[in-house]
Amino acid sequence: MLAIENYLIVSAILFAIGTIGVLTKRNAIVIFMCIEMMLNAVNLTFIAFSRHLGNIDGQVFVFFVMTVAAAEAAVGLALMIAFFKNRESIDVEDVNLLKL
Amino acid sequence: METIAMPAINLAVIMPEILLSCIAMVLLLVNVFVPGNNKAYLGYLSIIGLAVTAASAVGGWGPSVSAFNGSVVQDNFAIFFKVIFLISAGLAILISDRYMVQEDCNQGELYPMILFATVGMMLMASGTDLMVIFLGLELLSICLYVLAGWNRDNLKSNEAGLKYFLLGAFSTGFLLYGMALTYGATGSTKIQAISSYVMGNPGVASNPLFVVGMLLIAVGFSFKIAAAPFHMWTPDVYQGAPTPMTAFMSAGPKAAGFAAFIRVMIFAFPMLRAEWSDLLWILAVLTMTVGNIIALSQDNVKRMLAYSSIAHAGYALVGFAAVNAEGAAGILFYMLSYAFMNIGAFAVIILITKKGEVNGNVQDLAGFGHKKPLLAMVLSIFLFSLAGMPPTAGFIGKFYLFSAAIKAGYVWLAIIGVLNSAASLYYYLRVMVFMYMKDPEEDFEWAGATPAIAVCLLVAVGATLVLGVVPGTVLELAQKAVQF
Amino acid sequence: MLGAYLPILVLVVIACLFGLGSVVFSSLIGQKKPSQVKLAPYECGCEPVGSARERFSIKFYLIAMLFILFDIEAVFMYPWAVLFKRLGMFGLVEMGLFIVILFVGYVYVWKKGALEWE
Repeated sequence: MLAIENYLIVSAILFAIGTIGVLTKRNAIVIFMCIEMMLNAVNLTFIAFSRHLGNIDGQVFVFFVMTVAAAEAAVGLALMIAFFKNRESIDVEDVNLLKL
Repeated sequence: METIAMPAINLAVIMPEILLSCIAMVLLLVNVFVPGNNKAYLGYLSIIGLAVTAASAVGGWGPSVSAFNGSVVQDNFAIFFKVIFLISAGLAILISDRYMVQEDCNQGELYPMILFATVGMMLMASGTDLMVIFLGLELLSICLYVLAGWNRDNLKSNEAGLKYFLLGAFSTGFLLYGMALTYGATGSTKIQAISSYVMGNPGVASNPLFVVGMLLIAVGFSFKIAAAPFHMWTPDVYQGAPTPMTAFMSAGPKAAGFAAFIRVMIFAFPMLRAEWSDLLWILAVLTMTVGNIIALSQDNVKRMLAYSSIAHAGYALVGFAAVNAEGAAGILFYMLSYAFMNIGAFAVIILITKKGEVNGNVQDLAGFGHKKPLLAMVLSIFLFSLAGMPPTAGFIGKFYLFSAAIKAGYVWLAIIGVLNSAASLYYYLRVMVFMYMKDPEEDFEWAGATPAIAVCLLVAVGATLVLGVVPGTVLELAQKAVQF
Repeated sequence: MLGAYLPILVLVVIACLFGLGSVVFSSLIGQKKPSQVKLAPYECGCEPVGSARERFSIKFYLIAMLFILFDIEAVFMYPWAVLFKRLGMFGLVEMGLFIVILFVGYVYVWKKGALEWE
């Protein structure tokens, strides 16, 4: 049985990788994958705490996060396709029509 | 194998949400089964649905009832906010049809989508479990991503949707991580249980898990209410989104963000008021100042109103930073009046702009005051109210918020707020100068108001003035709503 | 403390050895008769036609998206199914409501024509 710290460290690292990915990547789909990674890091945190505390709430939360992530994925990819249709690109550098 | 004992189910507590979800689902099916391109009737059906929901919500006014094992609560605080959401959804629906027909995107799914977003907001206001608040927030956000990108053939709308989606999902990640850490530190996702844990273990305030969790939750909510420095998405999304949806987004979801923010902060972390009061006044000053200063240089009216909406979130945060009952009641009142005046202002803008929103700049308004005196007067009333001039709702709201700050000892915060209001006068008055005092460069033909928009304007003007002249009853209700 | 994870380590090592072994041994022992057909990319046994880097029809995306949405419901069904008997009538009714709501979505998608390929 590993101590809870190990799980928390892994999930914090995953969350950080996701965050850095969002901030540095330019392809909208890759950015979205990084966001999914952040959500999964959160899921890992919830599961670890749930196990550690002996409290089922955290696991229930994870179910909802997974469902919401799926719904978000569907909507997000649809938006990207609509954008691609008009702009022929999903590079976020090209999301630049609205600026100061 | 004995059956598991079920906690008491009290459906009456979430009846408004159930009703509105059912209405939205029925309308979704009606939309696909009834042929034809005219979808305005769905809007009228939605408004009936919103009215029924409002009646059901208001019926619960009184002592608070908690249900589903402490996951949702029906209290006056939630009901007041629910009424704000329903009003803003109704007004947004009234101004939608004409714009959507003009821009060739009047798919009937628009109305169920707005209703689902409203359900999400209502869950945010009444949720007392981080899980419920998260679900409500996501139901709202996912609908808003779609609504922002509603005009599929318009690149600006595509951009608005995509930007809102990427940044919204990003901020959700932070909010969730904050919730996870708070859960880990306190052992529960229920706000009641978190609160009693914090009361029982004051040492938790120095637990890094808990502090980081609280801060991340604050970041997530700050994003949703567009507080600086988490406001970057607002101008782009508000400018690119279809105008009626911008109106909706700036009124309802902002109020919903405040509802959940207040609920979590005041209920779950009551012992730490001093700590996060500091955090909130920094946010308030930044938000007001950034919003107002950048708004000064905007030519596009929609974008100007987007920055002004950031500034208004800042004013509301002043009341929040005061952390007293007056401040909270002030936020409630301000959000209600903001819904009326801002959606009203956007309704006039819908009438001004032509297909593709080509003439949305201040300069294009030259001569509007002489061609359409009535509409120009209505727009002026909204702008005066946004600037916080008496005798409008905006003045009473700001007065209340700032006096709450003074009572809490934040005199200088109130002074910064008043200075900001004065600065904001410049860009609101600039619109009026163009309307009344400049000659048009070319002859514009502005369309008249359709009956639906006329009703919206009438309601908005009426409410802005009534709340400004005789605010007593509503203020009293707001005060009752915050007696936690 | 880490001793409990020894079986997993053994499994990982065996899996790696098996994978590597298959590749190494077949290249060492197997006969080599290269031909044009063997080098061609595998496309379900059909003759490969054209480049693999083509754009796909948007319809694949639509079906995939609908699949995700209707597939994720299973996440709520498993816990319910595990405790089906103990949840009793209440659980059945709740799950029924859940399915009805999904069914509304299904009817909408169907009427909208998203399930038709043409």
